[in-house]
Amino acid sequence: MMNDDRPLGPGGEARPMDRRPSRPAARDLERYAGLFAARTRAMKSSAMRDMMAITERPEVISLAGGLPDTSTFPPGQLAEILASVATTAGARALQYGPTDGMSQTAECIAAVMAEEGTTVDPEHLLITTGGQQVIDLMCKTFIDPGDVIIAEAPTYPGAVPTFASYQADVIQIEMDADGMRIDALEETLARLDAERRTPKFIYTIPNFQNPGGVTMSLPRRRRLVEVARDRELLVLEDNPYGLLRYEGDPLPTIRSLEGGEFVVYLGTFSKILSPGIRVGWAAGPRPVMAKMNLGKQGADLCSSSLSQLFVSAYFEHGRWQDYVYSLRDVYRRRRDTMLDALAEHFPREATWTHPQGGLFIWATLPDYIDTTDLLARALQHHVAFVPGRGAYLDGRGGSSMRLNFSGVGDAEIREGIRRIGEVVREQVGLYGTLTHAAASTPPPAAEPKPAPVDPALADVLQLPQRDGPRGERRAR
Amino acid sequence: MTRVAVLKGGRSLERQVSLQSGDRVEEALHALGHDVIAIDVGHDLVARLRAEKPHVAFIALHGRDGEDGTVQELLEIAGVPYTGSRVSACMRCADKVVTKHALRDAGLPTPDFFAFNETAFKELGATDVLPAIEERLGFPLVVKPADQGSALGIKFARSAADVPSALVAAFSYSQKVVVERHVDGRDLAVSILDDVALPVVEAVPRDEDFYEYESRYEIGRTDFVCPADLDAATTERVQSLALGVHELLGCRSLSRVDLMLDGGGEPWVLEANTVPGMTDTSLLPQAADAAGIGFNELVSRILAAAAA
Repeated sequence: MMNDDRPLGPGGEARPMDRRPSRPAARDLERYAGLFAARTRAMKSSAMRDMMAITERPEVISLAGGLPDTSTFPPGQLAEILASVATTAGARALQYGPTDGMSQTAECIAAVMAEEGTTVDPEHLLITTGGQQVIDLMCKTFIDPGDVIIAEAPTYPGAVPTFASYQADVIQIEMDADGMRIDALEETLARLDAERRTPKFIYTIPNFQNPGGVTMSLPRRRRLVEVARDRELLVLEDNPYGLLRYEGDPLPTIRSLEGGEFVVYLGTFSKILSPGIRVGWAAGPRPVMAKMNLGKQGADLCSSSLSQLFVSAYFEHGRWQDYVYSLRDVYRRRRDTMLDALAEHFPREATWTHPQGGLFIWATLPDYIDTTDLLARALQHHVAFVPGRGAYLDGRGGSSMRLNFSGVGDAEIREGIRRIGEVVREQVGLYGTLTHAAASTPPPAAEPKPAPVDPALADVLQLPQRDGPRGERRAR
Repeated sequence: MTRVAVLKGGRSLERQVSLQSGDRVEEALHALGHDVIAIDVGHDLVARLRAEKPHVAFIALHGRDGEDGTVQELLEIAGVPYTGSRVSACMRCADKVVTKHALRDAGLPTPDFFAFNETAFKELGATDVLPAIEERLGFPLVVKPADQGSALGIKFARSAADVPSALVAAFSYSQKVVVERHVDGRDLAVSILDDVALPVVEAVPRDEDFYEYESRYEIGRTDFVCPADLDAATTERVQSLALGVHELLGCRSLSRVDLMLDGGGEPWVLEANTVPGMTDTSLLPQAADAAGIGFNELVSRILAAAAA
């Protein structure tokens, strides 16, 4: 069926179909492929991430974001603060600043940390371009290819590409309702000792963990500090949501505990003021901060002066806590709305966490449902979530999903959860049919509203299990 | 100067790749001196076509709507010439079940298969025939959605225990699924341009896990080799087979036929795509490039065929 007058070339390839000179093998399209650094091989684009592009469509209710609701910030106040920066510090706002940040902004940071009972010398802070930069600078400072980072399972999906780009060997430690299991951590450390390997740092989000929604208990925090001190290991304490607590008593930061000198603390204004200003910070051991300072010089010289002056003007402008309190009220209501909607619309086979603060609920479905595939079906119903696999570096998390309750209003949360619940029920029912299992949970209309899930039960973080060493999974 | 509407994006799961294809095509059209109108396909598609009055539409949509004949039908009604295949060929290629039946009826090689919709399982007890299917096709077997353009939702079942969850996954993407015999071998793609087969591209996974779809289709984990390292006879055989598929399904101007070459050197056709990817790393542009046809010329020729 080949067209006879276009014979094949000697290598079997079709001849150029026009009379133009045949080009050598180094083709346009592959021109840069040989130039990419080895680390880019680990910087992957995935079908799942591509699929998330559809969530930007206006008809989609997205519970996939991690976005605070910036529409709650009063526009008049924003205008006043920006005007005051322009009139009182215009030239400085437009100028470069010191690498470690502006001193008046550091004072504001010290005030934020004091609110959580943590004292810090403002002179020892490193102000960064969002909290994300702290994660990057930690890797830049500590990670050679193959070095070990210990993280929670699941961990912050946004840290995954950072770890991957530095070619870290990430070991994820399982969590339960009290956060990272320190016994599993110690087992892992002992095993690494036997392999003569030392983790460069332990990455934890102790409060209202992203994406797990659980909080590390005080005894575990104390034990983590002891373990870190005894072994001289660094801990990276990522605490973006600590002030967004909706119930229960606040816990001290890990850095503030006795022996917390081996902790690098990561803070940010993203969830208490604005993520758009990109201002975060690090506080930690001085030699570490000095190296990270050098790393930051290479990355961006300094963080935005305009943003830092915006922060200090905002703190002068009034009580910064008031906005945090208003956010707490908004998010607490939305969290409750989501928990109620989950109880109403998700089938019995599903479990989810009951976060005391933060932005996320982590829901886990029966292990025969893959949430990446489920997302495709959910998107047909115009609703989105983050499939759990993005929170692991080792392929786990396939039956879980992260649900955000801060970024959209109550009505959308209810409707979004209703739609997800519907597709989950369809899947559960289909699986039951395929396996001749007993009929699954009937639709909600057929029964009275189920009682709210027992918090003690809901608080158990259901993690997908695979065979292998207990308590940890290896990446790569 | 021709006014060209580039249709891209839309609500397909392949939106992201489509936006990249569209951007790259727009760049080429600008370089070729055309007047370019970029349209992210949505509710206002018909209104925009009426307002902008393009001379021709370049379809850079992948998957649902853009590859299944829906947008083509709208363009037919609107009287706007468009690139690629017409409605009926799009419908035949977008549905793997229709494609595979057509191939089998014509005596062209495609892996043995069965296809079901959800109703068959829910209402007609199709679960009871699964053991017979598994026996005939053998393990591993491949479960895939009938009308999902990319590799999304493709699962490998290595035992009977894997089959129900693989079906649940595939039904997430489509009302209809194909259960297919797995062909172990080399992964080939033959692109057709102006009814001529271009050099064969082989996708070579870097990892050894042939069953992990992500490793096969993720950029950076798969190496594409073009022309594929095949002897002349095999090359000619798969090229003429691909061209036969292109003609059988009634494709126009361009298409990409995906095949497996088994251990015995026998080719098996998996599917045909009427709107192949048009990013720099997509298979059609790579194959065209290997044939000495640069990206701009490729776009120019696809456009010329639309107006013809």
